[in-house]
Amino acid sequence: MRFPLGSPTLDAAARLMTPFVLLFAAYVVVHGHDSPGGGFQGGVLLAAAVILVKLVRGRPAGWEIGTRTALGLACAGVVLFAGIGVVPLFFGGSYLDYGVPQWLPGPTATRVIGTLGIEIGVTLTVAGVLLVVFDALAAWGEEEPA
Amino acid sequence: MNLPALGLTALVGGVLIHASTGLPAFGDPDSPPSVHVSPRYIERGTAETGAANLVTAVLADYRGWDTLGETAVIFTAGLACLLIVGGGAAWRGEDDR
Repeated sequence: MRFPLGSPTLDAAARLMTPFVLLFAAYVVVHGHDSPGGGFQGGVLLAAAVILVKLVRGRPAGWEIGTRTALGLACAGVVLFAGIGVVPLFFGGSYLDYGVPQWLPGPTATRVIGTLGIEIGVTLTVAGVLLVVFDALAAWGEEEPA
Repeated sequence: MNLPALGLTALVGGVLIHASTGLPAFGDPDSPPSVHVSPRYIERGTAETGAANLVTAVLADYRGWDTLGETAVIFTAGLACLLIVGGGAAWRGEDDR
């Protein structure tokens, strides 16, 4: 994406929208427990915010999240998910049985935290993969660097 | 033509098609999943998982394995896209086109 679509109007609109898209992404992930939403949807919103900035301002923008960083995020998401699943094994539970450690009072409090953790893992993976796909497609049409 | 392979495929396909006639009708309220799995999730899902959203209760808790697999599938799809579409050049920091 050597030639961003930027113009003062687009720039102002993107600046206005981006924080709200990011906030909504966080809301969809965290509140997915009690309302429609969750990791997959939140991840898409997160990636959409970064892609919007990249489209408008060119590749180095978007918090400089390149292919390597995005792939790292995706890896971290899968590892986080699988890692949280391992924790209950040390407390006599089954794999992915988040409620077994009973760190917090209440019958389901620890389970809710575990569920939130794996949702964050899903979010990172989805967002990372979408950014990888965007970067791969955007690089395809790129001109030879001089 | 590979006749043994064709015969084996036809045999397995025939067995599967025959077995599919024994499945409950689509949406049958008396099928085993509708009789005890779904009511159990609906009645005790929120109490057992702490999730008011039943979709999250099933997706992230009861069927956590499934979701872990889905996440791995998405990750694999991203890797495949990178390999096929040509992000490899960007990855190595060179341009070999």
